[in-house]
Amino acid sequence: MLRYALRRLAATIPVMGVVALFVFSLLYLSPGDPAAVIAGDIATEEDIARIRASLGLDQPYFVRFGTWLWALLQGDLGTSIFTGLPVSTLIGQRVEPTLALTLCTLIVAIALAVPLGVLAAARAGGWIDRGVMAVAVLGFSVPVFVLAYALVLLFAVQLEWLPVQGYSSITKGFGPFISHMILPSVALGITYMALIARITRASMLDVLAQDYVRTAHAKGLAPGAVLTGHALKNAAIPIVTIIGIGIALLIGGVVVTETVFAIPGIGRLTVDAILRRDYPIIQGVTLLFSAIYVLVNLLVDLSYSLFDPRIRY
Amino acid sequence: MGLLSVVGRSPGSRAMSLSLVGATCLLVAGSALAQPKTLKFVPEADLRSLDPIWTTAYITRNHGYMVYDVLFAIDEKFQVQPQMVDKHELSADKLTYTFTLRDGLKFHDGQPVKAADCIASIQRWAKRDVFGQKLADMTDSWTAVNDKTFRLKLKAPFPYVLDALAKPSSNVPFIMPERIAKTDAFTAITEAVGSGPFRFVKEEWVPGNKVVYVKNGDYVPRKEPPSWGAGGKVAKVDRVEWIYIPDAATAAAALNAGEVDWWQQMPPDLIPLLAKNKDVKIENTDPLGSIGLLRFNHLQVPFNNQKLRQAVLLVVDQNDYAIAIAGDPKNGKPCASFFTCGTPLANTVGSEVLTGKRDYEKAKALVKESGYKGEKVIVLDATDQPIVHAQALLTGEMLRKIGINAELAASDWGTLITRRSSKEPVDKGGWSIFHTWFVGPDIVNPALNSPLRGAGEKSWFGWPTDPKLEELRDAWFNAPTAADQKKIAEEMQKRAWETVPFIPTAQFIIPTAYRTSLSGIIRSPVTFLWNVEKK
Amino acid sequence: MDSPAIAAPAADSPAAAGTLWRQLGGTLRRHPTAIAGGVVLLLMVLVAIFAPWLGTTDPLSVAPVRRLRPPSAQHWFGTDMLGRDVYSRVMYGARVSVTVGLAVALVGTVTGLAIGLVTGFVRWLDAIVMRVMDGLMSIPSVLLAIALISLTKASLGNVIFAIAIAEVPRVVRLVRSLVLTLREQPYVEAAIASGTRLPRILVRHILPNTMAPVLVQATYICASAMITEAILSFIGAGTPPDIPSWGNIMAESRSLIQIAGTLLLFPGIFLSLTVLSVNLLGDGMRDALDPRLARRL
Repeated sequence: MLRYALRRLAATIPVMGVVALFVFSLLYLSPGDPAAVIAGDIATEEDIARIRASLGLDQPYFVRFGTWLWALLQGDLGTSIFTGLPVSTLIGQRVEPTLALTLCTLIVAIALAVPLGVLAAARAGGWIDRGVMAVAVLGFSVPVFVLAYALVLLFAVQLEWLPVQGYSSITKGFGPFISHMILPSVALGITYMALIARITRASMLDVLAQDYVRTAHAKGLAPGAVLTGHALKNAAIPIVTIIGIGIALLIGGVVVTETVFAIPGIGRLTVDAILRRDYPIIQGVTLLFSAIYVLVNLLVDLSYSLFDPRIRY
Repeated sequence: MGLLSVVGRSPGSRAMSLSLVGATCLLVAGSALAQPKTLKFVPEADLRSLDPIWTTAYITRNHGYMVYDVLFAIDEKFQVQPQMVDKHELSADKLTYTFTLRDGLKFHDGQPVKAADCIASIQRWAKRDVFGQKLADMTDSWTAVNDKTFRLKLKAPFPYVLDALAKPSSNVPFIMPERIAKTDAFTAITEAVGSGPFRFVKEEWVPGNKVVYVKNGDYVPRKEPPSWGAGGKVAKVDRVEWIYIPDAATAAAALNAGEVDWWQQMPPDLIPLLAKNKDVKIENTDPLGSIGLLRFNHLQVPFNNQKLRQAVLLVVDQNDYAIAIAGDPKNGKPCASFFTCGTPLANTVGSEVLTGKRDYEKAKALVKESGYKGEKVIVLDATDQPIVHAQALLTGEMLRKIGINAELAASDWGTLITRRSSKEPVDKGGWSIFHTWFVGPDIVNPALNSPLRGAGEKSWFGWPTDPKLEELRDAWFNAPTAADQKKIAEEMQKRAWETVPFIPTAQFIIPTAYRTSLSGIIRSPVTFLWNVEKK
Repeated sequence: MDSPAIAAPAADSPAAAGTLWRQLGGTLRRHPTAIAGGVVLLLMVLVAIFAPWLGTTDPLSVAPVRRLRPPSAQHWFGTDMLGRDVYSRVMYGARVSVTVGLAVALVGTVTGLAIGLVTGFVRWLDAIVMRVMDGLMSIPSVLLAIALISLTKASLGNVIFAIAIAEVPRVVRLVRSLVLTLREQPYVEAAIASGTRLPRILVRHILPNTMAPVLVQATYICASAMITEAILSFIGAGTPPDIPSWGNIMAESRSLIQIAGTLLLFPGIFLSLTVLSVNLLGDGMRDALDPRLARRL
């Protein structure tokens, strides 16, 4: 299995190479000019040209790509054009909130969706099933920011149970951390929950129709034990797959959630950087996301062997 | 456990442990009384660059006012007042200024402020700033006489030296340590070491989220009461946090809930959300407000044609623009002058062309007369800037009504300012009209008013050519009295109605909202954080 | 999804296509929600086409003096912050949102289909293309779309292109895995052995049997594209605001949610309803075309 994992990791290098080239070229061709933004409204063109030169933005494509790649291979992600801070510092500052938000959302979504999906499958065709599926479909038909605003209006503004915005690090206390995380995780998690619930139900239905489940029932095993002990384990693979694919979905939603709740995370960092043309940040963050995505998928694939011993690497 | 068990069980130790407990209680109680006051402020934008000379962004200017100090400042009566300077003299031949610094001025790194620091800072500022460049043109030399005194020798008498050094808005001649001020003016500095009333805490800076300042205990404020940027700058809170909240609804809710203390600029539409809250006050603390403007591209068809620009002037309705931008007549009104209304040089000469009844028929006739052949007109629109966006939508509509083939080019602000530097025709990526706005202090006089120039391609974007306007501007610099200055300003305005370098669209004030636990907010065009107390 | 979810298909295309439609009709009748979904979608398409005749005025006409009025007889949905009639904007907004949804679904599936079909068969292309697809998929789609739109300018075409690009890799993966399975089928092997040329094999044998799952995928892409457009508008990188879309109407008014909630409510309802109905339609089609698919998806 270790060899498989290493082989997969090695195979990610060409993928990351593609990503790096693609993103860099995209930004290079983009019409925006950070030098103009920096110079401000009243500046003249010579001002802008000189600023551009001092930032190294007037060099040809290959020179800039080469410089960036070389620095990258030495672990230097570059420096933000606007703030002058190293990209790695900026990312480091913002990783924690996004990580916290993503993990909380994952926990909330999985903890709620899997049992709901299992329940719906167990009572297939009944009211619970239809109810869960109806809510699930609704869940991914409403845009994330509408959900977010609705939650804020109800729980933070009207009822005043939870704070309106912001992020409180877990090092400053578990209570404030949780209270600031609840609304964003739920808002972000609803879409994710809907997806997972549907897959869980479908996968469970598939498995429950299998012979060995009937045998387990015949043996006299309690229905609950059949569900969790036998069925769920075997249904796990598609569920875990969708969780992996869903991570990419999550990141898109994270951007919106971070904006509405003023959470200082990577999603907002990236969007701000894109709109301002702060190239080094965009490049650095994109590589980071790709690396995460590749890693997550590797973990998902490796976890298959946990759930299905027949799969061996 | 812990401390008490370490102290031991011997007879004397009981007394000792009791007194230790007692001392700890006192300490805790004491610190509860002396809780540091933190002001949580929601700024108008995200602070990205720390260099107020490198960029003209207002947010960086505001940051500058926190950590740096200035030699002179303008007070609420538009008078120049000394700030870091103790005494200043002008020689009889009006060619030499001598400045002496106050006592006790120190930078945040402990070094005293010296004459050399001031000279280096001014020279760096002069390389980028419009007014500074004029000053540099007139300068013969700067010399440091000793650590606290320095001299400026001019080539010819120039009455605006102090006005230039007291310039309130971007770029402000902040004083930095010489070693930092020696950085090239086109490269950003990375340290924020100044001599101002607050210190910048770089370790806690999270761009896009939080900027932290603490009170500068070594700052020696002037004795006079504060008046705009002049007078005593007493920091009355221990710590300031700038918390950037990009979403307006979220910011309003945060202020209502007390999670923040002061929202610098709030969209007027959200006033009803805060008005019901007894703990929140909404005010207009900015006496001058800001001016919106419509700028033509004078290099390309069709607006290189004066008659067509005059036609547009006939139908611009400042009332519409004011409401679109400010939402409420209280916060926005017409200002039919090329200088900020409410300042000395603002006047109403020739303003009827903008304030009179809008005449669509006459405008349409003028369009025809100009020989306009239906060429496409591109109006740049930055959808992420509500003030620019609102103006662009109005203008597009208005142009179409008089038969001009106008099209909006929507983009974000960054793309807009890139595109507006293009001098090409519209089919090659050029533009015909864009909108922006300036804070009041930025267009109070011909020195600062960069849109009101006629220097052709050397001018600010739009590039109007009008030698007469330039002549008048030069004359203003040499005007001997205030009355002469006013007269020249009127002449310039009269000329501008004719040649239409740009059209002012409205004067608007963006209200500020704060919790009633705050007091001492200074009424001025720039938001200053000294003198503000928190209960 | 990687599971090859199609059963061994019946005989050659024409007859298979016929049974396809019959199956579809039959099962759809048993799924009232799918029919409801289809009807609503059709309704929205009609609204989009006939917007000028639905009692609307010029959606772009600004009148600042009439800003932020609540719903009334003259303005059924009220006016927005520039005095524009919200009802008209919502009706015209259907054009953009529905167009974006359908266009992205079309472009995405056609492109994905083309690439997937070819890479399934041509070995050496497969390796390169899949690496590129992996690369594209690992960039979060919202960020990819924002970056692409910043690259060009904000226009309807570019928005469609940007969202479609993000969806293509998933379609390619789906088609490719289908093709890989189908390739092993005896009749396909026979066709190759008998010397049939590749294009003909693709069109006659492979393509018809990929249609069903691809069609289902297309409906989900359509729904997701409409939501993505709203999210892009929210961030500020969506369709230019002088062309109203449900997404950008909501985005422009978002700070006014507590002052003039109807500005978000009406476009929000229309958007959610349309997306919901497309999703239901997709579910119904999926159930109809392959019951086993139902239990996998």
